[in-house]
Amino acid sequence: MQLTLWTYEGPPHVGAMRVAASLSNVHYVLHAPQGDTYADLLFTMIERQDRRPPVTYTTFQARDLGGDTANLVIRAVTEAYDRFQPDVMLVGESCTAELIQDQPGSLAAGMNLPIPVVPLELPAYTKKENWGAAETLYKLVRALLAPQVPAPGTKREPRPADRKPRANLLGPTTLGFRNRDDVIEIGRLLADLGIEVNTVVPAGASADDIRRMPEADFNIDLYPEAGRTTALWLEKAFGMPFTKTVPMGHGATCDFVREVAALAGVDPAPVLVRREGDRDVAASRAHWYTRSVDANYLTGKRVYVFGDATHALAAARIATEEMGFTLAGLGTYSREFAREIRAAAAHYGVEPLIADDYLEVEKAIAAAAPELVLGTQMERHIAKRLGIACAVISAPMHVQDVPARYSPVYGFEGANVLFDTWVHPLVMGLEEHLLHMFRDDFEFRDDRPASHLGVAPPAPAAAPPEPVVEAPVAESAADVSWAPDAERELRKIPFFVRGKARRNTERFARDRGLAAITVDTLYDAKAHFGR
Amino acid sequence: MTDLSAVPPNGTAGCDERPILRERGQREVFCGLTAIVWLHRKMQDAFFLVVGSRTCAHLLQSAAGVMIFAEPRFGTAILGDRDLAGLADANDELDRLCVQLLERRPDVSTLFLVGSCPSEVIKLDLAKAAERLNAQLRPKVRVVNFSGSGIETTFTQGEDNALRALVAEMPQTDTRQLLVVGGVADIVEDQFMRVFDALGIGPVEFLPARRASSLPGVGPGTVMLAAQPFVGDTVRALQARGASLLAAPYPLGAEGTTEWFRAAAEAWGVPRERFDAVTAPLIARAKAGIERHRVRLGGKRLFMLPDSQLEIPLARFLQREAGMELVEIGTPYLDRSMVGTELSWLPASTVVSEGQDVERQLDRLRAAKPDLTVCGLGLANPLEAEGYTTKWSIELVFTPIQGYDQAGDLAELFARPLERRARLAA
Repeated sequence: MQLTLWTYEGPPHVGAMRVAASLSNVHYVLHAPQGDTYADLLFTMIERQDRRPPVTYTTFQARDLGGDTANLVIRAVTEAYDRFQPDVMLVGESCTAELIQDQPGSLAAGMNLPIPVVPLELPAYTKKENWGAAETLYKLVRALLAPQVPAPGTKREPRPADRKPRANLLGPTTLGFRNRDDVIEIGRLLADLGIEVNTVVPAGASADDIRRMPEADFNIDLYPEAGRTTALWLEKAFGMPFTKTVPMGHGATCDFVREVAALAGVDPAPVLVRREGDRDVAASRAHWYTRSVDANYLTGKRVYVFGDATHALAAARIATEEMGFTLAGLGTYSREFAREIRAAAAHYGVEPLIADDYLEVEKAIAAAAPELVLGTQMERHIAKRLGIACAVISAPMHVQDVPARYSPVYGFEGANVLFDTWVHPLVMGLEEHLLHMFRDDFEFRDDRPASHLGVAPPAPAAAPPEPVVEAPVAESAADVSWAPDAERELRKIPFFVRGKARRNTERFARDRGLAAITVDTLYDAKAHFGR
Repeated sequence: MTDLSAVPPNGTAGCDERPILRERGQREVFCGLTAIVWLHRKMQDAFFLVVGSRTCAHLLQSAAGVMIFAEPRFGTAILGDRDLAGLADANDELDRLCVQLLERRPDVSTLFLVGSCPSEVIKLDLAKAAERLNAQLRPKVRVVNFSGSGIETTFTQGEDNALRALVAEMPQTDTRQLLVVGGVADIVEDQFMRVFDALGIGPVEFLPARRASSLPGVGPGTVMLAAQPFVGDTVRALQARGASLLAAPYPLGAEGTTEWFRAAAEAWGVPRERFDAVTAPLIARAKAGIERHRVRLGGKRLFMLPDSQLEIPLARFLQREAGMELVEIGTPYLDRSMVGTELSWLPASTVVSEGQDVERQLDRLRAAKPDLTVCGLGLANPLEAEGYTTKWSIELVFTPIQGYDQAGDLAELFARPLERRARLAA
């Protein structure tokens, strides 16, 4: 039993719904009590979908339990087939139905419908949403491609010289973070390389599209959380290689282009540079912006990264190699990819955090005291509470993470989008200097948020400003005390580094056994810790 | 729990004999757990711990929608494989978790253990758990249990179960008092109090009270007014403790609110002149508030999908005071003892449906082509995309809509989608 306030992932059947809702003319019959239909609103409200997800629920009630809930399954399957005439049907159960053991998948498979029926067994008490998505996609692809699997050891035919190379894009789903635009961006990138997109699975794919998957030369595993299981099976069964680089960030996109070009046997060079006037420049504008002198203030900003493994790993690389930040922590709620996160954390010299407990993540962020948090909607709330800047990089998401405009996070345009969205919440370079120099000027009151964020300043002489900014200060240790003049001096330090200065000074004092902090202690600590 | 359904209501049993369209198919409704989303705001010293699955946690988070509260006063004890394997361990785990939770939240004085579909299917006895924990934690913390499971409850029935669980905790009193049953927003409660004061009716108590720890008393002197139509079981439990229910419509719109107060005024023997003097200016204000939206709503055809059990009183208001035409009014559960009177006020031509078969209901909706559809969040955008104008039903339980000074707001909630569609260029 685990106490949960907020959860990063839904149950595994919600992952199955994400796959079903991504596909074309595939229906999912879910044995579930009333109430589980809430999941529809994830699709219609968060992503503003104009259709209901293609899901029929049995919505059994207590009065059905004594009787024959299995019959409800048969009725739901029959009615769903008659009404929606799907090409494939997925049949599974939610947590409660798992306990009553009607085995809806086998029941439906025994009904001899004239379409493929794919039973889904997604253990609700041990697994979660992303696993459910990956498993559903794998089960579906395997069921539809089983008749085409060549005998073991069969060599793949080489691509005829007169046919363009083809790739499948694997893993994009509804409710995936920016998947809609990433698919477009990567499609353009592939077109520039002369590679055709054979199918995109599951987003938009029909049963026939899935049956055409082996016609591609290789797979692009865009979102390993949802796609890796299927990519591995296609590699084993059809000998199709798949990409290991996730094209998020300028550097990773360049690596991805090289990897894809090698798999396709094409020249990557034309895509890695852009012609501007008479000069060759990097393919993303972000690459230049990070080198602009204006970006100097980004140097060494401490960043905490948490999200699904795919986005967290990519964000850590961008933060360190492209933005020049210092990684203050790295974590994920995707236990399936804990190994990758641990390896990356070791590489960056930070503690990995593998957790789906929001409170544990909050504690880790508070302890790391970063200047920027890159996380999910949960971390956005944590950061707000702690008074730290934040940008959202991963699901779970909110309606505001599904913008109307084109805003991929993959590919070269994605690198530009990420540069903008990560820099935006920070106090900007020149403003940071002005805050230092004119901190007593009423226009530069240090309890104000960055001016470009458009947040109204607290009314003068009103109640004290919201405690958010001062939150870290409340953690002040009781074993060292601040002399009044030292406390006053501390107030002169801009708010966005004050918490850190306070903690560093206290640590410095404690390490040296000082009971009281004077102005000198403050500056001794500053000299000791640098920056 | 004693079966109270046999206790005849002392209330609003109507004599409407219209045929009810009873449907049993896919129900596109929330379960009772969702009531926690507003109950935890109403009772600010209470914590709601759902004993359930990841689905329950995900539902609460999605229904709360925006995840606005940094650390909410609700949570889920998620059952794992080990809990399913051995109930003894599950009980130990639950006790451990509750103690741990209360250490974190010393401000909590009432802990609700909320049953879910999985906890009920595995027969985890939360009443026993509450008993064990009470022995350990009282008087500092009171532990109460109720079911919000989807196999037992629909949406607002969660509040009914929560309040019914509190009835057993209410002290005995012989004082003659008015008890308003069913949660309303604090601002509405304050307005009600001003009117009761002006009428000389008192003392007045509310269930739920703003603090779960300060429960009102109940006894033979207690006279009840229901502020919400979905508190039928709570009302019956209070009747079993001697309270009596006043027959009244619900305080929605000028007419409903007036008749609601009139029921109390008659019980308290308030002279007619005084009642009219107090209510006349309020009625005028409410009517002025509604009038502005009558232009938009008058003659428009309304289709309501089942959601909160508020449907019958809302339809009554929209037809009689806002001039709407009622095509079909769906309700998840029709409790005639609670809405009988208002059911009989609906035009004979209106189809009233109970329960749901969502696909068939949508077929009827498309055939009827209503001007305005009231439905849940899962259906609203798809219907908008088909060209129907919709109103989210969930807003009707999260927004203050009762009383005179909300009558205009209530009409506006329905007028806004129509107004918006009219404003946007085709």
